Amino acid sequence: MQTITMREALNQAMAEEMERDEKVFLMGEEVAEYDGAYKVSQGLLKKFGPKRVIDTPISEAGFVGLSVGAATYGLRPIVEFMTWSFSLVAFDQIVNNAGQIRYMSGGQFSVPLVLRGSSGGGLQVGATHSHTPENWYANVPALTVITPAFPDDAKGLLKSAIRSNNPVCFIENEKLYGFKGEVPDEGDFLVPIGKGRIRREGSSVTLVANSASTHRALAAAEELAKDGIEAEVIDLRTIKPYDFDLIAESVAKTHRLVIVEENKPYAGWGAQVAYDVQRRLFDELDAPITRVTGMDVPQPYNGRMEQAVMPNEQRIIAAVRDVLQ
Amino acid sequence: MSSAETKSAPQKGSSLELPPAEKLRLYRQMLLIRRFEEKAAQAFTQSKIKGFCHLYIGEEALGVGTISVLQPDDAVITAYRDHGHALARGMTPKECMAELFGKATGCSKGKGGSMHFFSKEKHFYGGHGIVGGQTPLGAGLAFAQKYLGTQRVTLCYLGDGAVNQGPFHESLNLAALWKLPIIYIIENNEWSMGTSLARSSAGLPLVNRAHGYDMAGLVANGMDLDDVRAKTAEAVALARTESMPTLMEIRTYRYRGHSMSDPGNYRTKEEIEKHKESDPILLYKARLLEQKVVKNEGDLEKLDEEVKQEVQEAYDFAEQSPEPDPSEIYDDMLSPEDQIPEIPRGNYNHF
Repeated sequence: MQTITMREALNQAMAEEMERDEKVFLMGEEVAEYDGAYKVSQGLLKKFGPKRVIDTPISEAGFVGLSVGAATYGLRPIVEFMTWSFSLVAFDQIVNNAGQIRYMSGGQFSVPLVLRGSSGGGLQVGATHSHTPENWYANVPALTVITPAFPDDAKGLLKSAIRSNNPVCFIENEKLYGFKGEVPDEGDFLVPIGKGRIRREGSSVTLVANSASTHRALAAAEELAKDGIEAEVIDLRTIKPYDFDLIAESVAKTHRLVIVEENKPYAGWGAQVAYDVQRRLFDELDAPITRVTGMDVPQPYNGRMEQAVMPNEQRIIAAVRDVLQ
Repeated sequence: MSSAETKSAPQKGSSLELPPAEKLRLYRQMLLIRRFEEKAAQAFTQSKIKGFCHLYIGEEALGVGTISVLQPDDAVITAYRDHGHALARGMTPKECMAELFGKATGCSKGKGGSMHFFSKEKHFYGGHGIVGGQTPLGAGLAFAQKYLGTQRVTLCYLGDGAVNQGPFHESLNLAALWKLPIIYIIENNEWSMGTSLARSSAGLPLVNRAHGYDMAGLVANGMDLDDVRAKTAEAVALARTESMPTLMEIRTYRYRGHSMSDPGNYRTKEEIEKHKESDPILLYKARLLEQKVVKNEGDLEKLDEEVKQEVQEAYDFAEQSPEPDPSEIYDDMLSPEDQIPEIPRGNYNHF
């Protein structure tokens, strides 16, 4: 077992998969000579050369579309967004081309593509740079959406995503790049897509979270434990398709569900989870399902204001106390 | 002649002179597209074809001429006015008509429709509905061809209405920057739906857009099959031998409205009639007679009857073909073959 940062884990995943398959290449702004805006691709240019680690102009619609075309031709591109906030100028390419070509062609052309990069708020970079777009892309039927919270999952899930023959949105969180954790360093370490993971066991209430919110949920759980409230924390890991069965098992034990998501509330992924749980597990519930989300307002620059709009520990604790009443 | 035209690809010497049988084959292809489209128009008014239906009538020499200089495994990608390119690429009238009818036997299994024809076998990468959205995909095909060392090239078509979309400019930049073996072909039919070229685009002629990206630019007369072939051959040679992109502006004209839903009131009858005087099929017909490729007009009339029969058979095939089974709604969305174990997919529809 090695203890490495999230960025190192992601770097290892890409290096191993590029080693394994020559059709895999990395493209994006500053990924090569600059070694990555967040240093996730550090050293890859040196290792694999400019044919496979490619600096692009600032031209997201162009290079995302190009990667979709290359994928239909049989290559396996990894595209890095400096931040997913910039994916918006490539939205048509992601939704209409990555998302629809296979279906519209009657299954003739597959799109083995990974779009990845940082996301999320909390670093005072203002409204345009702080998006958590998982709910937008999860709304597109053919897209798989992954949001890792820990280095081991980041590595194992990215490797799985690169091997998937279908388009994957792999949404990292800027705040977690320096987070350290244990990652297996022997053999071919893959984490299955579509499976959640219990990061803390408990019987009082189920907390379902993803990405950086998982860490907020875990911190809140530690606080609650001081009062004898044992929260079970599920890291969803994959937003779509998500692991309903794992949530169901937990809710059958705790009978209470609080969903923690950084994205905005309206039609966020938590709304889908809440709908499915109430629909299929109505009799298991002893309290209304509650969501703690980013607030329905653009991300403010001011630090205190920004912390207030994000799902912080205080808001999670308040929600848990509410469902336990 | 614009300044961009002077930067054209070098002539590759080899004559594009075709044997008589080949000339006749290209004539037949143009005729097939015209008769196919006429039949599609009829089927649309009969409500057998739904949605949008953009016809290629008047533009036949462009699609047939450009594709005729390709190798069978070069890539072709286009926008939503795609019937002509599909037929020129060798896709059958049956599979194309069946797609228009939304049938399971269609080239996209009835899931694509008029704007979304595809054929992996014929290296036809669609059929794309969003104006200009296919232009970066074309760059990606050419990127992959170069990455894999295939010596293959890509033809990527767009309408004159697409030249002001951002992704088109991004694509030209990437193609020139990375020396991709691609030929962008602006099918300039003078109208982006109901807005004339003069009202939509600055910096005419459109081929000048090649200039800003230091790319070869060529203009061809889209009503003249031989001119289209000669200019496209230059561009294809440049892409294949030197991996350099070209922007072509091919001037053409659509006789019908933007789509079947468009009566085309923004143009005068006189304007349309004037263009019909240089009809690409009539022009080539006269040339075939002049060059004695056929003995007399009667031979060409016989050919026309044959083509009409083929189109009628396509119509009958489409009509008689089964609808796709509703149980297959979810099929084709995701690749069933994968390098990882099957991912359990949720069902988010409770009713």
